[in-house]
Amino acid sequence: MKFPDDLKYTREHEWARIKGKKAVIGITDHAQKELGDVVYVELPEVGDEVVQDEQFGVIESVKTVSDLFSPISGEVVEVNENLEDRPELVNEEPYGDGWMMKVEITEPEEIENLLSAETYEEYVEEESGEAE
Amino acid sequence: MNEEELKKTPLHKIHCALGARMVEFGGWEMPVYYSGINAEHRAVRTAAGLFDTCHMGEIEVSGDNANAWLQRLMPNDLNRITPGGIIYSAFLNERGGIIDDLMIYDMGGGRYFLCVNASNKDKDFDWLKKNAEAGIVIEDLSESTAMLALQGPKSAQIISKLASEDVLKLKYLRFVEGAVAGVDCLVSRAGYTGEDGFELFCPAMQVANLWEAIINSGKEAGLVPVGLGARDTLRLEMGYPLWGSELDEDHTPLESGIGWICRWDKGDFMAKDILIRQRDEGAEWTMVGLEMIERSVPRHNYTVVDGEKEIGKVTSGTMSPTLGIGIALARIKKKSAQSGKTVEVVIHGKPRKAKVVRLPFVEVTSLERSAP
Repeated sequence: MKFPDDLKYTREHEWARIKGKKAVIGITDHAQKELGDVVYVELPEVGDEVVQDEQFGVIESVKTVSDLFSPISGEVVEVNENLEDRPELVNEEPYGDGWMMKVEITEPEEIENLLSAETYEEYVEEESGEAE
Repeated sequence: MNEEELKKTPLHKIHCALGARMVEFGGWEMPVYYSGINAEHRAVRTAAGLFDTCHMGEIEVSGDNANAWLQRLMPNDLNRITPGGIIYSAFLNERGGIIDDLMIYDMGGGRYFLCVNASNKDKDFDWLKKNAEAGIVIEDLSESTAMLALQGPKSAQIISKLASEDVLKLKYLRFVEGAVAGVDCLVSRAGYTGEDGFELFCPAMQVANLWEAIINSGKEAGLVPVGLGARDTLRLEMGYPLWGSELDEDHTPLESGIGWICRWDKGDFMAKDILIRQRDEGAEWTMVGLEMIERSVPRHNYTVVDGEKEIGKVTSGTMSPTLGIGIALARIKKKSAQSGKTVEVVIHGKPRKAKVVRLPFVEVTSLERSAP
C-alpha cells in the first residue's frame, strides 16, 4: 500500500496535495482497496463551496456506497470529468489520474488538522488491526 | 453475527490462500471476490469461472408417496420432469408468500434431491418436517455434501478433460451421476449466471481435490475462481431472482417475477386458491427490469417514482459490468409496469431517469447459444 510523503491525509481516507492556495483531492490507495471496483463517482460542480470534514460527493463500488469528505474548505475550481466514463481510474491510480477535485483553499489554517503520511499509515494499521 | 460463529466451507483455506476478500453471507464466511468483481464477471461471460457454492443446502426427500406429497406442497409440476431432470420451484406459506426457492432433482424411484438457499436451509428443513406425512423420509445432507459451479462459455471444454462422455452430453436442466477428476459427483447442466455450465455435488471431504483439478484443467482456457460479488452481478444481468432481495415471505410468486412456476393445470397445492384469486383479480405488484438512463447505480430498497407518485422499490441493483449502465430489478405497481415507460429511481436524494425493460438485461449468452 502506498502513502506518498508529499500528501496530507484525513481519517476518512481522503488525501490532499497542497500547493499554495490550491489543493488536489482524492481518496487513498487503502480506501480504493477497501472499496473494490469503483463504478461511479458523484462529484460537486465547479463553483461549489466545500467544507472541511463535510460531504462533497459519493463514491460507489459494485458492492458499496460511501460518502466523500473534503479534507479542506474552499471553492471547487475543477473536477475530474474523466471519472464519469472511467471510474476505474480511482482503483488504478488513486494518487494520479484518479484524483477527484481541485479546490481553492479559503481556510489555510485548516491544513494543520490534516495527517502526515506517517501518522495516516499508523492510523490505517491500527484501524485494520481492530477489524481483525 | 460474531466472526467465530460463521460457518466455513471445506474450501475456506484455499480462498484465504488465494487472497480472497471474505464476507458474511447467510451465516457463512464466503469469498466476495478474489481479483475483483468486474474482472471475475467478465471471465464468466467470456471464458469460465469456478464458484464455491458449498454453503447451499441439500435436502433429500424419499418415500413411496414423495411425488404426491411434494406435488401438494409446491406450485411447479414435478411430473413435467423425468428421472435425471431438474425443475425450479418454491416453498410457499399459507398466504402464498415464498419461504424459499429451490431446484428439485428427480433421482428416480420416488427420491428427490432439493438444493435450497444457505440462509433458509434450517427453516426449510423444519417446514418440510412439519408438513411431513407418514412414509416420507426427509434428510438434511448439507453437512456432508459440497457443491461447485463451473460457469461460462468454456465450461464444457474444461470439464471434457475431466469427465466421462455422458457429462458432456447433458442437456440443460439434466443431471447424471459420474466421476469428475476421479471424484464421485452428481453433475447437472445448470447455473445461476445465464452462461452454459455445470453444477457439481460431491462428498465434502473431496471437494478440495475437485476444486484444484478443475482450476488446473481450466487455467489455459481462462478459468478463474469467482466470488459472490460477481455471482450477484451475473444473476442480476439475467434478471434471476435472489431470495431475500426479490423473494420473501410477504410476496407471492405472481408479485415476484416467478408466476410461471405456478402450474394451474396440476392438482391442488399450497395456497393455490389464494394464488388463483390473485391471478384472476390481478396482483397489485409486479417485478420489472429497470435500465438507468442517467448514469447512476440503483440499489436495494431505493424508491421508484412516476412523477410525484411512489410506485415501488428496487429489490436488487448494480452497475452492469457487461452493459456499463445501472440496472435493477424492482417491485412496482402493476399498472405502472408498461415496458418502455420512463420512471425515476431516487438515488442519493435525486430522482434519476430509468426505463422499464424486458428481462434479461443481457441477451446473448452461451446458455442461449448452446441451449438444446
